[in-house]
Amino acid sequence: MTHLFKGLTLAAALVLVPGAAVAQGADPDAVIRIGSLYEPQNLDNTAGAGQGINEAFNGNVYEALFQLQDEGEVTEQLVTDYEISEDGLTYTFSLQPDVTFHSGDPLTAEDVVYSIERVTAETSQSSRKSSLATIESVEAIDELTVEVTLSERSISLPYNLSYVWIVNDAAVDITASEDGTGPYRLDDWRRGSSLSLVPYENYWGEAPSNGGVVFNYFTEATALNNALLTGAVDIITSVQSPDSLAQFADNPSFTVTEGASTTKELMAYNDRIEPFNNVKVRQAIARAINDEQLLEAIWGDYGTLIGSFVPPTDPWYVDLTDVNAYDPESARELLAEAGYPDGFSFTLDTPNYDPHPIVAQFIQNELAEVGIDVEINIITANEWYTKIYQAQDFEATLQEHVNHRDIVFYGNPDFYWGYDNPEVIELIASAESSATVEERNEKLRQANIIIAEEAASDWLYLYPQIVVSAANVTGYPINGLNSQFYAYDIVKTN
Amino acid sequence: MLFILLRLLPGDPASSLISVGADPEQIAAARRQVGSDLPLFEQFIHFLSSLVRLDLGTSFVSRAPVLEEVLTRLTLTIPLTLLSFALAIAVAVPLGIVAAVKADKWYGAAISVVSQLGIAIPVFWVGILLVTLFAVNLRLLPSGGFPPQGWGDPVAALRALTLPIATIAIVMAASLLRYVRSATLDVLGSDYLRTARALGAGFSESLVRHGIRNGAVPVVSILGIELATALLGAVVIERVFALPGLGSMLLLAIEQRDYPNVQGVLFISTLLVLLIGFFADLAQRFIDPRLRDPHGSVQK
Repeated sequence: MTHLFKGLTLAAALVLVPGAAVAQGADPDAVIRIGSLYEPQNLDNTAGAGQGINEAFNGNVYEALFQLQDEGEVTEQLVTDYEISEDGLTYTFSLQPDVTFHSGDPLTAEDVVYSIERVTAETSQSSRKSSLATIESVEAIDELTVEVTLSERSISLPYNLSYVWIVNDAAVDITASEDGTGPYRLDDWRRGSSLSLVPYENYWGEAPSNGGVVFNYFTEATALNNALLTGAVDIITSVQSPDSLAQFADNPSFTVTEGASTTKELMAYNDRIEPFNNVKVRQAIARAINDEQLLEAIWGDYGTLIGSFVPPTDPWYVDLTDVNAYDPESARELLAEAGYPDGFSFTLDTPNYDPHPIVAQFIQNELAEVGIDVEINIITANEWYTKIYQAQDFEATLQEHVNHRDIVFYGNPDFYWGYDNPEVIELIASAESSATVEERNEKLRQANIIIAEEAASDWLYLYPQIVVSAANVTGYPINGLNSQFYAYDIVKTN
Repeated sequence: MLFILLRLLPGDPASSLISVGADPEQIAAARRQVGSDLPLFEQFIHFLSSLVRLDLGTSFVSRAPVLEEVLTRLTLTIPLTLLSFALAIAVAVPLGIVAAVKADKWYGAAISVVSQLGIAIPVFWVGILLVTLFAVNLRLLPSGGFPPQGWGDPVAALRALTLPIATIAIVMAASLLRYVRSATLDVLGSDYLRTARALGAGFSESLVRHGIRNGAVPVVSILGIELATALLGAVVIERVFALPGLGSMLLLAIEQRDYPNVQGVLFISTLLVLLIGFFADLAQRFIDPRLRDPHGSVQK
């Protein structure tokens, strides 16, 4: 928690930085070179482009009706004002006038209709498609007014719309090019290497504080760190291994920031099958694993412990780290009560990339203490989707879940882990149709407490979100919620 | 063959398109898009028919035409391979000859020992060493990456390739050197060299006039194999140096089960390897007249 607060204070401080830095002689033409491990697979966020496209394009190249700020707030972006009908089923949005796409076309209500329908379309691979399922129709009322009609209340609609890029309806193919309204336009994309953005001269809002950004892509963390060490990039968007941090943390030429992350490392059981359909077994496993020691082993002083699937940045967070906390003695008792006094054995499907193999070994040792025998089966990321996510053919698995506000997965009994509690399903389903934000938060808070008590999965820890930059670079987002990396406030002094 | 091997790998190209939260409808759509919902036999027919038309298709994941992508990547991989190869020859041939001719001197032996070491070290380790020394500590050269403009900025491009070239060349030179050395030793012990010297030619003169040509024949066939290996070995080096070449494209495509990209890369690299073999053969025939006319050599 202390780190989290440090991160949040830093976030507040950084918001003030751009103005201050300009006074100190920031170079408005400096091109910011960003190093990242997440190259987009293509340029369309509804075509399976991966998290890299959110990093490069959200808020930079494309804008949405609403914007998820780095601090977690949702603010109006291409909307100047909106009205919600009495029954909460009709939203009327007034659009920002005088906005043009990078191709020169003006933004109209028709573009918004097209953009929303693109995400809800049958072929859409958007990860937010299901959260927009309540949308019944989208209509252009006039040039700058859009009306969205819902089949039932959806209190998070503005938040969900922050994931919907507004794309020119005349744009033909956006898997290899773009036509958005953001402060930058795409200059060049060299696959496997880099993607460069330059300021869009006719941008409707405030112009970027820098002369453009280049995302340099790496497949290996070592190569990425070397690039920062040698000055080939100015900033790296997320450090994925703690070993490399030492060389930056003690060096005045670099700034290390830890922000609030939403990436949860968890061991998911197949809750449909024996013995994991037994609450006592799941509780026993949670109590047999010392999460604190695990986090310490992997991240040292970084990272945060969590007691459930909800990170502190979600509005329905409650501190549940004491629920099913480490207690091997009671773990043994629970196992005996559940009918496994001598333990049992299971296979843990473990993705082959860091940190999962180390986590698996740690769990194997911890569970051996209480008599549970874990067999580690290493699989690739692709197999994970095929075997576990689609076929649901597994006993237990490790995975990092990156999304913001994703407790909804516990309200879906068909989800890969198959957690099926009617009370939780009802709470999560009705939360979305709440009349007020407070009502929604309260319902989700309750659901959160239930899944924690029932140990629906074992939430091991929250990854730290670490950004490292050269000391003369400031103004970057530090939380990177939903993998976003807004570049327009970044400045570099000479 | 390739088709079967790829399908034997667990996983599904559709998995690269979806993310956590995808509903069954989205998964079905992804499978339809990449064709993995079709029976294997039908997938095979599609594969064969496009191969016959020399159509490498479009990537499942990036949706870019495969051939175009492969050709872009080759503008990096081919210069990288050829330059490393040239550097390796430039180092290995003179050193190999010296090591053979002066085998009894301390430096002759030293060259052999160092080359043994070079063979034993894995290529990625050489790369890491060079990066640590020349990029991180001395700051002389970039640690990795390739300029966004590519060869549009030739100086930056060459600087980016210097360490990768040196890495491949060191390892390749080490093994080449041994072949050159043993070929030279063979020549040194041959009758014709003794005859040439008996006829009054100096040692160096007879070695240059008679030795090199004879020694070159086995070396050239090894060179062909080495060049082909270097082309395929670029996979590792491109990863260490974050270079957007053919090798990194292949690795990513395999991870994502992006079959069209995998098939495209392998098809083109097989073609290149065959071409290299063909030219190595031609070179041998050019050097050794006996190979040009097999019947003639029998009569000799």
